[in-house]
Amino acid sequence: MNAPLETVEIELTVNGERVKRAVAARLNLADFLRIELELTGTHVGCEHGVCGACTVRVDGEIVRGCLMFAAQADGCTVDTVEGLTDSREIEELQSAFVLTNALQCGFCTPGVLMAAQALLRDLPDPTRVQIREYLSGNYCRCTGYEAIVDAIEAVAKSRARAK
Amino acid sequence: MKAPRFAYARPASVAEALALLDKHQDDARVLAGGQSLVPMLNFRVAAPKVLVDINRIAGLGGIKVTKSHVRIGALTRHVELERSVDIAKHLPLVAAAMPYVAHPAIRNRGTFGGSCALADPAAELPACALALGATFVVAGKKGERRVAAEDFFKGLYATALKTGELLIAAEFPLPKPGDACAFGELARRHGDYAMVGLAVQASKRGFRAAFFGVGDRPELIEAEAADAVISKVGTALDPRADLHASAETKLHLAKVLAGRVLAQLA
Repeated sequence: MNAPLETVEIELTVNGERVKRAVAARLNLADFLRIELELTGTHVGCEHGVCGACTVRVDGEIVRGCLMFAAQADGCTVDTVEGLTDSREIEELQSAFVLTNALQCGFCTPGVLMAAQALLRDLPDPTRVQIREYLSGNYCRCTGYEAIVDAIEAVAKSRARAK
Repeated sequence: MKAPRFAYARPASVAEALALLDKHQDDARVLAGGQSLVPMLNFRVAAPKVLVDINRIAGLGGIKVTKSHVRIGALTRHVELERSVDIAKHLPLVAAAMPYVAHPAIRNRGTFGGSCALADPAAELPACALALGATFVVAGKKGERRVAAEDFFKGLYATALKTGELLIAAEFPLPKPGDACAFGELARRHGDYAMVGLAVQASKRGFRAAFFGVGDRPELIEAEAADAVISKVGTALDPRADLHASAETKLHLAKVLAGRVLAQLA
């Protein structure tokens, strides 16, 4: 592709399914997932990369869905909280969040789960300080974070025991 | 808000990118990691007619070590710098700065070149480039040219890059045995832009201390001794008040931070 276009043809894999669409160049990835694919688990909060509610995985790494255009995801593999739920990849985290009351309104939760799963992949046995630092890019306005850190720590410990 | 309307182009080579930038001149902006540009679009602070997405240009990223320098490609992601064995070994100042650069999801996407070309006065990497005496490699219609970090950062979001030019890489001279470095910053939340930050490279010739977040660009203070750096802070820096602090507070914080960071080198 070379000439500048306002509408872009894209083909990508979302939660394991092949998807083909023509999208406005200005459409960000989070809005594409929510509006075009009706995957509304990815939330849109601040729209400038601060709150982390729109966190999704692109080619295996977490990114801000609001700071990437859908056109840029052409050819990529995208995973959302729905995909990670269906594959049961984040089942333990979800259970731990319920057990420890790590959510109230739930708005930040999908983004926090995506970030927490990435953290535990890179750092299977994090300290509470490391959990807080890693989650510094995800705002929660309800819980004060304590229960979120508890839940992630609990999953890390139970995974370590299971090994 | 959402980004305004624009046309999107995805060149496959530097030559194609330069042709697009030349054709569209000031109507075009380069889209690298987009971690600062996209917020600017969403805030409608910027409204380019054309975005030239350089993310698929092969060879624009990567870290290469030669006998004399470390070359960091413009498209190198922050996460690559953070995890690179070569950066940890040869440019420990850059390695020390990386955990302070935003948050993991942003480091996965944001690029070295994007940070330097945007020249946010509170960003970490421009200050590291200045402290380490890096040279920027810039491509244009007429070929490549090199710009020293001292001459590259011109002011608030202003660099030596001209319309139609593309930042390709930066070359960092290899530190000498016995050189030392230290880094620190003060921010309200871990990963947020610094209220004040400091990157210091110390060699036989003295200290190169690059302060950031306290002016319209990173500010270099050179001195033979650590004490001399600290005593120069009051006259060399002239911070402006911002949302977070008054000018007096920022200057005070710069002195506090200078004391703490330079103590790491004592």
